[in-house]
Amino acid sequence: MQYDHILIRYGEMALKGKNIKQFIIRLQENIQHKLAAFPNIKVKRTQGRMFILLNGHDPEPIIEKCKNIFGIQSMSLAIKVENDPDKIKEAALYALKNATNVNTFKVSVKRINKDFPIASQEMNQVLGRHLLINTNEIKVDVHHPDLEIKVEIRLEAAYITSSVIQGLGGLPVGTSGKSLLLLSGGIDSPVAGYLAMKRGVQIEAIHFHSPPFTSERAKQKVLDLAKQLTKYGKSIQVHIVPFTKLQQEIFREMPDGYAMTIMRRMMMRISERVCVNQEILSLTTGENLGQVASQTMQSMNTINEVTNYPIIRPLITMDKTEIINISREIGTYDTSILPYEDCCTIFVPKSPKTKPKREKANLFESKKDFTKLMDEAIAGIETIKVSARDTETKFDGLF
Amino acid sequence: MIYLDNSATTVPDSTVLKSFEQVSTTFFANPSSIHPLGGEAEKLLIQAKKQAAEILYVAENEIIFTSGGTEGNNIAIKGIALEHQSRGKHIITTQIEHPSVDNACKSLEKLGFEITYLPVNRDGVIALSDLKQAIRNDTILISIMHVNNELGSIQPIAEIGKIAKQYPKLFFHVDYVQGLGKVPLTLRNSGIDLCTMSGHKIHGLKGTGLLFVKNRTTLFPLFHGGEQEQAIRSGTENLAGAVSIVKALRLIMEKERLYKQRLYELQRFLREELEKIEAVKVNTPIHAAPHIINFSIPGIKPEVMIHMLSEEEIYISTKSACSSKKSDESKILAACGFSDDRAVSALRVSLSYQNTEEELTNFIHVLKEKIQQFKEVME
Repeated sequence: MQYDHILIRYGEMALKGKNIKQFIIRLQENIQHKLAAFPNIKVKRTQGRMFILLNGHDPEPIIEKCKNIFGIQSMSLAIKVENDPDKIKEAALYALKNATNVNTFKVSVKRINKDFPIASQEMNQVLGRHLLINTNEIKVDVHHPDLEIKVEIRLEAAYITSSVIQGLGGLPVGTSGKSLLLLSGGIDSPVAGYLAMKRGVQIEAIHFHSPPFTSERAKQKVLDLAKQLTKYGKSIQVHIVPFTKLQQEIFREMPDGYAMTIMRRMMMRISERVCVNQEILSLTTGENLGQVASQTMQSMNTINEVTNYPIIRPLITMDKTEIINISREIGTYDTSILPYEDCCTIFVPKSPKTKPKREKANLFESKKDFTKLMDEAIAGIETIKVSARDTETKFDGLF
Repeated sequence: MIYLDNSATTVPDSTVLKSFEQVSTTFFANPSSIHPLGGEAEKLLIQAKKQAAEILYVAENEIIFTSGGTEGNNIAIKGIALEHQSRGKHIITTQIEHPSVDNACKSLEKLGFEITYLPVNRDGVIALSDLKQAIRNDTILISIMHVNNELGSIQPIAEIGKIAKQYPKLFFHVDYVQGLGKVPLTLRNSGIDLCTMSGHKIHGLKGTGLLFVKNRTTLFPLFHGGEQEQAIRSGTENLAGAVSIVKALRLIMEKERLYKQRLYELQRFLREELEKIEAVKVNTPIHAAPHIINFSIPGIKPEVMIHMLSEEEIYISTKSACSSKKSDESKILAACGFSDDRAVSALRVSLSYQNTEEELTNFIHVLKEKIQQFKEVME
């Protein structure tokens, strides 16, 4: 006897109206994609829930993968047996013995198939007795059990499920359209990307690269971060913008206090152009109110002036410690803190304005035409597709 | 040659050696250097970790590359003891640990730590009730091996993990050197905080090892320096070694999946054949790892038998290679309650997935001959 399938529950999605179907189909696709390494599994949809049929695969690594799929509220390992009281007993005992940290349990039988000879209440007692006789030191607690063993006696078979394993919640990635994530290489932007993905958003990323002031390793770091985010979705396209010339020009020509603000405005303009080209309808940033000079209310107001695309700012009201905690949980923290210069940390003006004004930014920008350099930067974009599965071909055969 | 000393060390796999050589020549840069060569080396190091983490179902940052089993055990035991001594200075281990655990614990006794050495039964297994009783308020570490290197007995690590979990202040270390690739062990959610593995026992290279350190477990490092490996083990990374052990790990796991049953069958065959020889007493319990058979020939000094067999190019060992040079009595067999004449005459055959039934048949044949020879000489 062993667990032969995983029951998948989707919480919030069940509330969706008519378009529920497209959410569920997307979730099914996402699960299939994530579990491509397990050739024998099957992902099946039935009313209100989904099953992964294991067909001989070890459930543990599959559950680990599913823990990273948005849209799954919770999961349970389950066994399907014939509608035979002895088989059900055996399965329930297996479920109890294979659970960890259980001192108390309860059995809940639901008899949908009324041809089954034993009524639910009676079956509860039959199973409870069987479990008590065959285990040591485990007791029944019907109010607050450590483990609830659920038995559903359906027409075709009986299903026995045990511990509930929490999923990530959220919505399946791809059900909320695409957004362009401004990915710097710091702690915040990958977290912002993750949180946007949690609401079903598919991410593309844009990174501003200023060689030789920023190194290949800084670029690699961004690609690594993007790759870490693919764990929660599919592959991610990263658009690397050659930013050196434009950035130098800004810092040479614009007043010291406004250079940072104007640089950000240029980034927004370029990002919006990329959105248009890629048919993306919004931007996502790791901005966080008050964290640094460019993230004051005045700064945001001045920077935001150059685009009317919606900007998703999942971190806007969080504390730094909250952001760091998420970053640790999703595994981007260790990469984020690697000490490479990025385009925001070089050319830091001595005293950036913390309260820039729109009028002034417009006035300074009108004195110099940046169009050509911007066009050049956009034309020079290198797009790299990062996917969870690709490994460096250079390393082929080494492992 | 019939090599039956695979618990001492294994022959390196040729593809593992090749990876080592390739990495040594192509990716020789220091992963901490910031130029592109260094970047590439760092990428490869991360890839190696990722691969190891996937195979062991743990997180990438829970893998520390070490120089082997002895180092892993020392980092784990001394590292926990020194870092957490303010919480308490009591450690629980067993009477049958490998010397790298046993002596690490002894060294801590000199620093004022108190060590409880749990006894084992005849099968070389501790009693969970003994463990429960031994846990105190000031216990900071339980260090218990998975598969015993001399006997092949298996400790109930999953059950111990469940007990350890109930004491959040207490760390649980497992010496998994002998079990790796032979007897599965779940690390995730198992209550295990630290787990030592070694490369050269799984057809990898000497000087390579892995230490699993569960997230948020803090250790006092034995080496201070450039803070490599999350500052747990400073020193320029042995990148070629790291890649090679991960490759060896992948290969041994594949073999475990495909051939473990066959190995159990070989062991059963060997046990049955040994039991047929009157002079031989098998010490390894029935429930044991598939690759180790320990037996005694009371009255024959094990050293003599080793030399007699090696005349025919058959290589086995007395107890563990790491303690072979000391007096003949096996501490481990003595701890299991075996009589003196058995504890001083113990021999160990340890198999790899490469050994064949034919080799074992030959071995048994020669062994019988040698026992006969010995008797003739003595009489």
